[in-house]
Amino acid sequence: MSSQVQPAKWERLFWPVLGTGVLLVLWYYSVRWSGTKVFPSPRDVERGLAELLRHQVLWGDIVDSLRRVAIGYGLAALIGVPLGLTLGWYPAANQVVNPTIQILRPISPIAWIPVAIIFFGVGDKAAIFLIFLGAFFPVVVAGINGVRNVPSVYRRAGRNFGLTPPQLLGRVLFPAALPQILVGLRIALGIAWLVVVAAEMIAVDSGLGFLVIDSRNSGKRYDLVVAAILLIGVIGLILDVAFRRLEKLRSVRWGFRAES
Amino acid sequence: MPQTQAAIRPAALKTKLAMDRVSMVFERDGKRTEVLNNISLDVGDGEFVCLLGPSGCGKSTLLNAMAGFLAPTGGAITVDGEVVRKPDPRRIFVFQERGVFPWLTVEGNIGFGLAKLSKGEREQRIAHYVKMVGLQGFEKAYPEELSGGMKQRVEVARALAVNPDMLLLDEPFGALDSITRLTMRGELLRIWEAERKTIIFVTHDIDEAVQLADRVVVLSARPATIQQTVNIDIAHPRDMSSPRYLELRDGIFKQIGLAHRI
Amino acid sequence: MRDDSPVRTRLLLWRPFAFTALLLLFWEAGVRYQPSHLLPGPLGVAGGIVDLVRHGLLLKYVVASLFRVTWGFALAVATAVPLGLAIGWYRRAEMAINPILQILRPISPLAWIPIAILWFGVGDLAAVFLIFVGSFFPLMLTAINAVQSVPAVYVDAGRNFGLSPAALMYRVLYPAVVPRLIVGLRITLGIAWLVVVAAEMIAVSSGLGFLIVDARNAGNRYDLVVAGMLIIGIIGLLLDLGMRSLEKVKSFRWGYSED
Repeated sequence: MSSQVQPAKWERLFWPVLGTGVLLVLWYYSVRWSGTKVFPSPRDVERGLAELLRHQVLWGDIVDSLRRVAIGYGLAALIGVPLGLTLGWYPAANQVVNPTIQILRPISPIAWIPVAIIFFGVGDKAAIFLIFLGAFFPVVVAGINGVRNVPSVYRRAGRNFGLTPPQLLGRVLFPAALPQILVGLRIALGIAWLVVVAAEMIAVDSGLGFLVIDSRNSGKRYDLVVAAILLIGVIGLILDVAFRRLEKLRSVRWGFRAES
Repeated sequence: MPQTQAAIRPAALKTKLAMDRVSMVFERDGKRTEVLNNISLDVGDGEFVCLLGPSGCGKSTLLNAMAGFLAPTGGAITVDGEVVRKPDPRRIFVFQERGVFPWLTVEGNIGFGLAKLSKGEREQRIAHYVKMVGLQGFEKAYPEELSGGMKQRVEVARALAVNPDMLLLDEPFGALDSITRLTMRGELLRIWEAERKTIIFVTHDIDEAVQLADRVVVLSARPATIQQTVNIDIAHPRDMSSPRYLELRDGIFKQIGLAHRI
Repeated sequence: MRDDSPVRTRLLLWRPFAFTALLLLFWEAGVRYQPSHLLPGPLGVAGGIVDLVRHGLLLKYVVASLFRVTWGFALAVATAVPLGLAIGWYRRAEMAINPILQILRPISPLAWIPIAILWFGVGDLAAVFLIFVGSFFPLMLTAINAVQSVPAVYVDAGRNFGLSPAALMYRVLYPAVVPRLIVGLRITLGIAWLVVVAAEMIAVSSGLGFLIVDARNAGNRYDLVVAGMLIIGIIGLLLDLGMRSLEKVKSFRWGYSED
């Protein structure tokens, strides 16, 4: 619910452009007015971005970050979804494992860095491990809740048609829980993206996160810092939007009836 | 004339389902709730029986027990002589709403229980039942695109497609508007006359019971017992204004103790 | 299911403990076989915790971390929630702000570190800023979403009874958004807790995050490292439980039909 007047179609483009424009102008003028020599103005960032693109290094960094996310997140999904489904299906098992999950979950993946370094040394594998940790818990929790929230009607109907427990899991519970699992997967992807950037600032020497830190450390290139930050935001947004398209598939769309 | 308490089995039909002194007691947080009390009833093969009673009286519980989703705490339910222990595709349950799987199309739903058939056979069956419930053209539609009445048709088609011996319907038209309800009742009767399955139909709507059933079993409020069994001896199609119809209906009204004027 | 016999329930309660105990045993055993002998077992960690208590560091660091979280989170709540509610109410405002929000949201708060240090130098203020940034966007989005989810019927009913705009806000909108807001607050508090730990590993010299980095750097005290992680987990859990009990307060409960 929001204020009554329905915006016209042209307004759909007008307001976002206006909002962004105003912000850019504010940014530009606050940089000028504050006389800072270090913080970049929008034009500086634009030029910095062009420079990064020209130097080809940028693509390598983007690919590195995405690659780490792909592996860490992929593993988290591959292991987490079946695990979540199983735990949701056997509440007894869930009860047993739950305290452990509840204690491990609030620990920032970054806090695991020293442990990760012991096991994997400094580098890619450590970063992937951290991403895995970050994505794992939301996926499992989504799986558990997804199964738990399947209305008992579906379960009963499945049993009525003579399905064995494994068939019930595959043909009824999994599709019924899928919308919620997808939401969990989408959130986990967002988290994976956050973690990869953070991990790269600390534990590896390539990728977008590293770019942010490196641009500052080697020459106080804040224009590159901000350019990299914005890039991180844009790519993260693209990942999120792409995932949301999955949620529009017809065999899943039913679970997202009340979209706000 | 309304019949008395004792279970009457129409002599011509062999017994499909027999309930012998069935009771159901629920325990929750230490509290005992007696839901069903000593229900004995025989249902004949191909008979259309309505379980009628106020909301919450336990008729759904009874139906669930017949389907095998719940086990009675006392007494036994047998189908074809075998004790009912678990759900079985020979006794398909039709739910009040949301029983249709939202992630499958109409075709997918109707074909749900047909996994064991060959592809050709399955497609044939699905097409047959799509036609029977009047949903041609909607085969590829998803439930979210269908109206309530259409969704119930899908569910009935899905139930029939596996060729069950019995259909157990739990207030299947309760969530529909009254006009659709009337249409659906006609459809159900049409299907029943074509396939002659044993049907046990739960409702709280007296008119619905008298319009549909061969026999109406009136249940009391919780703990439910059989208050009255009424044989509806009017042939289909039933005229809702005929004196016999009104006589039977009013008899039940009176039995339940409902006021006749508003 | 008739599992109410007392013996059964006591047995059931034992299972999580048994499982955790089993995990701890595996952990201890696994540590003995480890080549580098760096990672501590549960006993080592317990020893680490005792060590911290004895040096008076445990309380000091916990308080430091909580202090930063409280400030950063509170500032975020004070700014993002009213702003988000207002923006959520005016469709056009939301349309204007949305692209910026959507771009800034996926940026890890840690990526703001260079800017934080630029503006605030290394120290508490930078850490608080990072927590603020990390909490601001989720809170704003929650508030916007909460307002947009208020069913139109409530507002219509309010108007029907002749409520002035101010009364409408106070008597209809505010109670209507509170349940979702509280859930959003709980989730964002969890995020803030994650951020503070990460922020402390980089920008300050006290706190649980700092403990982890420092313990490793100054002497490979991995028992302290893991002890720190454990305490982080426990406090994070306590914060979450605390917020959940807030959700249970009766006047907020109407919003939770399922739980």
